[in-house]
Amino acid sequence: MTVLEQPGSSRNTSSLAGPPPSWRPRTDPAPLLPDQEPYRLLGTDAAARLDSGLLTRLYTQLVRGRRYNAQATALTRQGRLAVYPSSTGQEACEIAAALALEERDWLFPSYRDTLAAVARGLDPVQALTLLRGDWHSGYDPHEHRIAPLCTPLATQLPHAVGLAHAARLMGDEVVALAMVGDGGTSEGDFHEALNFAALWQAPVVFLVQNNGFAISVPLAKQTAAPSLAHKAVGYGMPGRLVDGNDAPAMYEVLTEAVQRARRGGGPTLVEAVTYRIEAHTNADDATRYRSAAEVETWRAHDPIALLERELAARELLTDAFVGDTKESAEQLAADLRERMNADPELDPMDLFTHVFAEQTSQLRAQAAQLRAELDAEAAGHTEDAVGAGGFAEEARP
Amino acid sequence: MTTTVPATARKPATMAQALTRAMRDAMADDPSVHVMGEDVGTLGGVFRVTDGLAKEFGEDRCTDTALAEAGILGTAVGMAMYGLRPVVEMQFDAFAYPAFEQLISHVAKMRNRTRGALTMPLTIRVPYGGGIGGVEHHSDSSEAYYLATAGLQVVTPATVEDAYGLLRAAIASDDPVVFLEPKRLYWSKADWSPDAPTEVAPLGRAAVRRRGSSATLITYGPSLPVCMEAAEAARSEGWDLEVVDLRSLMPFDDDTVCASVRRTGRAVVVHESNGFGGPGGEIAARITERCFHHLEAPVLRVAGFDIPYAPPMLERHHLPGVDRILDTVARLQWESDRTDGGGE
Repeated sequence: MTVLEQPGSSRNTSSLAGPPPSWRPRTDPAPLLPDQEPYRLLGTDAAARLDSGLLTRLYTQLVRGRRYNAQATALTRQGRLAVYPSSTGQEACEIAAALALEERDWLFPSYRDTLAAVARGLDPVQALTLLRGDWHSGYDPHEHRIAPLCTPLATQLPHAVGLAHAARLMGDEVVALAMVGDGGTSEGDFHEALNFAALWQAPVVFLVQNNGFAISVPLAKQTAAPSLAHKAVGYGMPGRLVDGNDAPAMYEVLTEAVQRARRGGGPTLVEAVTYRIEAHTNADDATRYRSAAEVETWRAHDPIALLERELAARELLTDAFVGDTKESAEQLAADLRERMNADPELDPMDLFTHVFAEQTSQLRAQAAQLRAELDAEAAGHTEDAVGAGGFAEEARP
Repeated sequence: MTTTVPATARKPATMAQALTRAMRDAMADDPSVHVMGEDVGTLGGVFRVTDGLAKEFGEDRCTDTALAEAGILGTAVGMAMYGLRPVVEMQFDAFAYPAFEQLISHVAKMRNRTRGALTMPLTIRVPYGGGIGGVEHHSDSSEAYYLATAGLQVVTPATVEDAYGLLRAAIASDDPVVFLEPKRLYWSKADWSPDAPTEVAPLGRAAVRRRGSSATLITYGPSLPVCMEAAEAARSEGWDLEVVDLRSLMPFDDDTVCASVRRTGRAVVVHESNGFGGPGGEIAARITERCFHHLEAPVLRVAGFDIPYAPPMLERHHLPGVDRILDTVARLQWESDRTDGGGE
């Protein structure tokens, strides 16, 4: 774009200087602006048009999700998981993200989004491989089209853009949905991803779960923007502001954004206003940076309770349905507990297996060294392993 | 400098032209090869290395991107996840630094994280090194950063022929390659046949560029022509120098290096990048560990000084030149019965 003088920036002292070239915004920003208030369905008149099947489906998944969070948190206390960043309180965002996608689409989760991955079909134990520490990520991303859980903040967002762009270039109507937290919106990769997505009109949906805190730092210290959804306008894509605890509202907004992307309408930024009920992880002390009263306010706006009210009004919250849902959640937890309590079978030689397609001579030598160390360890005399591998042989004249 | 191209259909070609041809041929052979970066399309790259690719293959295959290195590499990761083979240009060595997180946390590790399920057939082209009079941030030798990261292949051509062969090999590789292009050799010419390109050079194999018996100069990329010149000059001093061009720093060709040093008994490693923490230290250590009993002298290094890259008007003092190499070679007179040459 042409570089223009700013109005009033200088006094015109040259008779040769003409008027500045005309300028107008490239895009009318008004249609891109998000709503002033987060979009809600539950508790409003609009809830009446919601499909009961969708509501019961969302409910079952939310309850299972909460149970999964509770079980995984318990596993950290038993030492079975190195760490678990719970998404309790944010289940509506997680479930909606998974359900809004079709099978051919791709999900790009962050480290807090194991639940979205499980809801999309990933084995609950495989979803925890990274957090247990037996491998990094570990699952096959192609199986359910779920990118590896991403620990660095926002770095998976450009991947989502690139994948969606590549799919479109290859003629596939595939959409990528990428998840990030409020803290992640401050990272450079967030901005570069949004810019590329808008420039390429890539079929991507960015879901920001604004849960109030980046570990201990509140949103007010993270951004001066009116809302995170407002950030979309600067890149030339629409921003949507949604109540992240309203599962059907989340589902509707994400589904619309996915469909829009699939139709060639380009990317959307969705900000879900939600709250992290638990601490950042089991290693965090949330009482140092927020009050119990604040947490209680959000507990009263619980995503499961909100949905229960609507189901009860429709007389769908029967004992049988609630009992079946609870049983399904308990089965999930029991299966997770049982399988996580079995020690994973680890082969140390795998350390060398997936570095390059073809192992280098250096890695072959190091693998031989480890093999010798393992053999010596098995034979009970570790000292023999010293110098067994590597270059010892070659060093002799 | 001469190359060993067959005599048929030879004509003068520059390294830049050979690189262009390598991308062109790779794109023609494989529709999944995509070139992307800032200015690579309409302009043909600031060094014109991507000249004509957008015109021939369209803007979807040779894409001018926004000015954002992390975004360029990050989106390329996603494209590779979907089955494309992106060839990414980082316009200058120091411009690649914003993309380091993508490179180190994702490009280098994706195969490992996914137990081989996701591969990263990415080529990251980085024009690097000094000697073109570039201002600050335009002349860094950044190879040590890449070498410190497991999972990256690091390749650097020094001849026109290798520029073609190694770039073809890099693009064909299923693992990521940081392809360091010595920018001061872009305009170096050789008799090379673009119409009958030589075979794709295997990655991880060094080349002996000059046979000799007194000592081995081990080098790569921009320092190869300097070493060849030094080897010629050393003849009058009675030194018959062998010159090994590593071509690929990772994988590292221990065999070729060790075979040469065992033959000559003396070794000097030559590179532009800082000596402290630079590749020369690793190479010297490898030689010492493997060839100690063959060595007649300590392995010496000729490297750039341990300073932030010199301003252009002073860079000739920073870059290893023929004289500094010859002075160092003279110091190899270690417990030797030779009487010529210098020494400490």
